[in-house]
Amino acid sequence: MANIQKKTHEPLFHIAKRDSIPTLKAWLIRAAAIVIALIVCGLLTMLLTGENPINVYASMIEGAIGTERRVWRLLQDLAILLCISLAVTPAFKMKFWNIGAEGQVLIGGLAAAACSMFLTDSLPTAVLIPVMFIASVLAGAIWAVIPAFFKAHWNTNETPFTLMMNYIAIQLVSYYCFVYSVPKGSGKIPLLPKASWLPTIGNNDYILNIIIVAVITFGMYIYLKYNKHGYEISVVGESENTAKYIGINVKKVIIRTLILSGAICGIAGLLLVNGTNHTIASNTVDGRGFTAIMVSWLAKFNPITMILTAFIIVFLEKGAGEISTMFGLNSSFSEIITGIIIFFIIGCEFFINYKLVFRSKKEANSK
Amino acid sequence: MSKQAAIELKNITKSFGKVVANKDVCLTVYKGEILSVLGENGSGKTTLMNMISGIYYPDSGHIYIDGKEAVIKSPKDAFDYKIGMIHQHFKLVDVFSAVENILIGLKDDNRYNIKASSEKVKKICEQYGFELDLSKKIYEMSVSEKQTVEIIKVLYRGADILILDEPTAVLTPQETEKLFAVLRRMRDDGKAIIIITHKLNEVMALSDKVAVLRKGEYVGTVNTSETDENKLTEMMVGEKISLNITRTEPKDPVKRLEIKNISCINREGVTVLKDISFEVKSGEIYGIAGIAGSGQRELLESIAGLQKLNSGEILYHNPQTNKTENLRDKTPVQIRDLGVRLSFVPEDRLGMGLVGNMDIVDNIMLRSYKKGKSVFLERKQPKDLANKIIEDLGVVTPGANTPIRRLSGGNVQKVLVGREIASSPTVLMAAYPVRGLDINSSYLIYNLLNEQKEKGVAVIFVGEDLDVLLELCDRIMVISSGEISGVLDARTATKEEIGLLMTKHGGGDK
Repeated sequence: MANIQKKTHEPLFHIAKRDSIPTLKAWLIRAAAIVIALIVCGLLTMLLTGENPINVYASMIEGAIGTERRVWRLLQDLAILLCISLAVTPAFKMKFWNIGAEGQVLIGGLAAAACSMFLTDSLPTAVLIPVMFIASVLAGAIWAVIPAFFKAHWNTNETPFTLMMNYIAIQLVSYYCFVYSVPKGSGKIPLLPKASWLPTIGNNDYILNIIIVAVITFGMYIYLKYNKHGYEISVVGESENTAKYIGINVKKVIIRTLILSGAICGIAGLLLVNGTNHTIASNTVDGRGFTAIMVSWLAKFNPITMILTAFIIVFLEKGAGEISTMFGLNSSFSEIITGIIIFFIIGCEFFINYKLVFRSKKEANSK
Repeated sequence: MSKQAAIELKNITKSFGKVVANKDVCLTVYKGEILSVLGENGSGKTTLMNMISGIYYPDSGHIYIDGKEAVIKSPKDAFDYKIGMIHQHFKLVDVFSAVENILIGLKDDNRYNIKASSEKVKKICEQYGFELDLSKKIYEMSVSEKQTVEIIKVLYRGADILILDEPTAVLTPQETEKLFAVLRRMRDDGKAIIIITHKLNEVMALSDKVAVLRKGEYVGTVNTSETDENKLTEMMVGEKISLNITRTEPKDPVKRLEIKNISCINREGVTVLKDISFEVKSGEIYGIAGIAGSGQRELLESIAGLQKLNSGEILYHNPQTNKTENLRDKTPVQIRDLGVRLSFVPEDRLGMGLVGNMDIVDNIMLRSYKKGKSVFLERKQPKDLANKIIEDLGVVTPGANTPIRRLSGGNVQKVLVGREIASSPTVLMAAYPVRGLDINSSYLIYNLLNEQKEKGVAVIFVGEDLDVLLELCDRIMVISSGEISGVLDARTATKEEIGLLMTKHGGGDK
């Protein structure tokens, strides 16, 4: 009975859940979200600064990939962020909310830094590098396995636990930097001895990090999708009861997965300290332990998609940073821009899962 | 008849994605009348009621209340139209008392005056004959008492149209009778009552009219006095199907599983199993009846190696080696390693038996993925098995790589049962295997259980529908509050006998 007069108090639209959506359409929605985000950012920049938004975006791209050096720097940052994202992925897939990547990376970096400061004189580089590698992996793994052990055996809540472990790691590094600072009391440690830096391939300082992370990405993809451990992680994450029902040892899986997660964080720490910064400070990780969580979620825990999401985030950060220097704005402005864009990227997931049914459209359907 | 329509639905349509849950449904309920909405599971009964109570908004169609078009956008709107819904799963605050739960959320000046409000609530109780201790906390209550609180809650808010979603699913026969008496009193008081159900005998006993839905479509409304159970079944399923379940005599039964004096105290310190002993023979279906939550789950889980016991033994007589193994305190893996082929269809299909977000192949693989020395998964065999189950059991799915959660309840269950019998078990335990399934799927499951029985498997069947238990099983054990209250021969026992045993030992209504 479509001819009955519709009353005005009928809602303008209502929300309906989508059953499933073709992958292409989902990606179109995501692309549209980024475009809209860029328009909003452009308008905002124009209103606040009076600059032409085209110029603003041009300098954004310029800032991210304008020169060869910048491209390499971008890839390097991408590699580190991706590495940490990969590290948190198995834990998150298991629904173990490991927000302690920041601390796990930092403690891995501290282990590497300590090795280079105290062992460089006594060990040849060929021995030192593997020793450093083992030390960072162990340090990261230990930092992650402590909350995992408590979770597995006494069901403690991992979220505050891993968060607190971050502060302990940060304070340990601060203390270390203070004790070994040069000049004494400055709180800064000098550059690590050159013999302990990770080797360079050819003359390129960046390529080793990138290769290592590429291998980890591929390995993680295989591990999660085709390995029996990866399968167990999915089952435990989806339903602990099902896992118990088919006889998976849930405690063992939790501990094993967090060892892996922490170990990769440790590698990230090594890459960051001995492969990139060549020194350590309490802010070396710079929030990437948290950004990584977002990268991992946005990619729906798929390591290959993660390359793209990590790229978007790093690109935005670099570009936004350039805007603020170019136009004489302070760094908060670049954070505003990044914030807006990420808001749109995350917000568009709503439109992928739900659709709005409008009043007029609905009537057309009912005829 | 000069009866006044309380609520009228016209051409209501609602779809979720591709699934059409309701298509052009028309319903009219008059004041002082009880209407049953009858339909198999998944026929769209609950969706329809959720639209009346403001939880969903229809895609098209109109709702008229007292003759005027109504727009119900939220439960609050439904409320303003004096519609009250009693959900299948209660929405009560456990640590609050009955009165507090009734008053909660009300914008009434008296809401903080418990004493005055209690008086008002008491009046309602007396008017309709509810028996309830108003100061009792929800967590101390039986299911039937909780339901009473829910009903009083909507009455207190002045509801004239009451919707009850499967109100008898969790009640014993005696409690159901009590509920029906109350509902009849409300009807005589001029209220319009809609009850959703798929139990035919209750429809016949209670309602004035029956509206039948089939696969989301409205089939028709008939007066209860002019129809019978066979006609209604026909309307519900579209074709006449025999209600008879075949039952054969057990063939050379031998002792397969022997439970000796097991007791179990759960984490909260409550005794959930108390000194339970029974034995299950090969080639029989051993039924377990009882009110939901009487220890059925713990009993099956302790046999499956998922529940720690405080005392007792679980002995398995291996037909191949003639050895006897004690399964107590063994993990599921240890039990499997002993060569015990034990299959278990748990009550909570998606929460325990399967993983909703995984596809059919990965779910089939749950039982077998550990096989082989390779660190990598072998998906070829599980895939073949998945395709075989899809074909043999008629699983309706776009393919073997569809996530389980996209399938309907019946198809989910077919996958689960298919996987569990694929490992050719010697003991098969099934907890509420037909809960939420339509009639055809239910019969498929009964046939599968019967097939297993004929193969000499010891089948343990935990059920809630007493008619089915009586027709399918060879023996029925009734448990109440974690204790055995009786073991009956299913060929001679009656429903009343079981109903009484279910409430013995102070179980259910205290």
